[in-house]
Amino acid sequence: MGSRGEAGQRTAGRRWRGLRALQSGPTAGLGLLLLPVLIYFLALYAYPLIGMLQRSFRDPATASLTLQYYEKLLNTPAVLRVFAGTFRLATTVTLVALVLGYPVAYLLSKLPRRTAGLLMILVLLPFWTSILVRSYSWMVILGRAGIVNSILQGLGIVSEPLKLMYNSFGVHIGMVHILLPFMILALYSVMQAIDRDLVKSAQSLGATPLQAFLRIFLPLSLPGIGSGCLLVFIQALGFYITPALLGGTSDRTISMAIDLYVNTVINWEFGAAIALVLFVVTFALFLIYNRILGLDRLFGG
Amino acid sequence: MSSLSRKRWLRNRVQVRHILLYLFCILVFAFLLAPILVIIPMSFSSADFLQFPPPSFSLRWYENFFSRQDWLSATMLSLRVAIATSLLSTVLGIMAALALARTSFIGKDLIYAFIVSPMIVPAIIIAVAVLFVYARLRLVGSFLGLVLAHSVLALPYVVINVTASLRTFDIDLEKAAMSLGANRFQAFTKITLPLIRPGVFAGALFAFVISWDELVVALFVSGTKAITLPRRMWISLRQDIDPTIASIATLLVVFASVVLLVVELLRRRTNT
Repeated sequence: MGSRGEAGQRTAGRRWRGLRALQSGPTAGLGLLLLPVLIYFLALYAYPLIGMLQRSFRDPATASLTLQYYEKLLNTPAVLRVFAGTFRLATTVTLVALVLGYPVAYLLSKLPRRTAGLLMILVLLPFWTSILVRSYSWMVILGRAGIVNSILQGLGIVSEPLKLMYNSFGVHIGMVHILLPFMILALYSVMQAIDRDLVKSAQSLGATPLQAFLRIFLPLSLPGIGSGCLLVFIQALGFYITPALLGGTSDRTISMAIDLYVNTVINWEFGAAIALVLFVVTFALFLIYNRILGLDRLFGG
Repeated sequence: MSSLSRKRWLRNRVQVRHILLYLFCILVFAFLLAPILVIIPMSFSSADFLQFPPPSFSLRWYENFFSRQDWLSATMLSLRVAIATSLLSTVLGIMAALALARTSFIGKDLIYAFIVSPMIVPAIIIAVAVLFVYARLRLVGSFLGLVLAHSVLALPYVVINVTASLRTFDIDLEKAAMSLGANRFQAFTKITLPLIRPGVFAGALFAFVISWDELVVALFVSGTKAITLPRRMWISLRQDIDPTIASIATLLVVFASVVLLVVELLRRRTNT
């Protein structure tokens, strides 16, 4: 009897506490859960970035503020060429990915959902395979004794092996391959939400299929084009592995220049200055992305 | 031209356009998948160097991988780093996702942008910045250093996945549990967590793969002591492209396919 009463009291007590917590609402104080992540990110992400910023503005000998590394950046044609080259590379890769990705996303959005879902797995497989493995595959395919050259020589089409990698051709192929899934995902997530009846009604009003596509579907898919292109372009700007493996000496990207100054030349201040410029550019594009399209769109989410 | 034949002509044109579209898409899919599939036969080659087609088939490159201490220790290190990264970023990520999904305050969007921004910031920048700090703290070449840096890269994926699954979760279920006497922690672990498990699991898997494949940060902070598998592959790729890499790459492709299937199944469960 006594033990039952005790148990009953305990249950009542527990229920009371539960009700009190309920009154304060299941969300009160939840904001505190952000603290661990924020502390972690401030220590291991923001603080290092700020340190990098400081380093690029400080003379290591006198510890005084200086702009010498940025002056050096502007006065080093090799570095400026690398910046221009990387922007050109990122632009071309983005356009090629758009041209290849748009029809695929268009077709996927027209197919029944189940089929589209299955085909999407084929798009996602490269996405989940490591960049290193994929760059290596292209080395196997495009190399001097690679698959393409073996086939072309075997068929007697060329007598000398073609130079397909260690040049910008190889870099473009490898980078488009890695970034294309992002483009397709971004385009598809917008296209599958487009109301197809709009296209049909345009056609029933006398538009040819091409006119209906150009005047109705294409404008409605513009947000997908914008988000896909920005996403691919931003990532392409920071590429390191693929250009380092598949490119030649003239295909150096900004990331490779940073690596060169940090790890080989051991001029950390100058490396930090280059990294900071890349960071500012990327961050500006990130803000534009957020402003126009919203972060929810990231990764087709 | 009669209107009937004009119609037929139009229909043919539409069909031609459809066939062209399908052809184009098949080619793009071939472009996406061929490089991944091509690795598999090459890995079973018996040749001393990469040669196409392989003269005959053998398992010698797999034997080489499994008998070489440097490859195995790199694999083990990568595995340990990836598991630790996955655990750390999942725990932190769930907390952040709960706060982000259920509260509203001024500047929340900014904090969300801050937390997911490592996805967009080039890895090389994070690598350089972290290297500068690690050099002072003597964390270069350490297991801990790799885990801490990889978790920064992995956290956004956990937060995105868990936030997505929390969005579909009915908070009244938690309230009901609490009205029946559960405290807030119990309500979360007994009611919420089981229901958002697919999202949590997908996030943990994402985090694992991010760390497992990560090379750029490892290049800067793994020093000479903590050589991860991608780092070991990188060394080998820059020196000699021996077919051992093809065998590892094949194993990694198989692994990636399994992960992809699991994530797809989880996603389906979250959506329904």
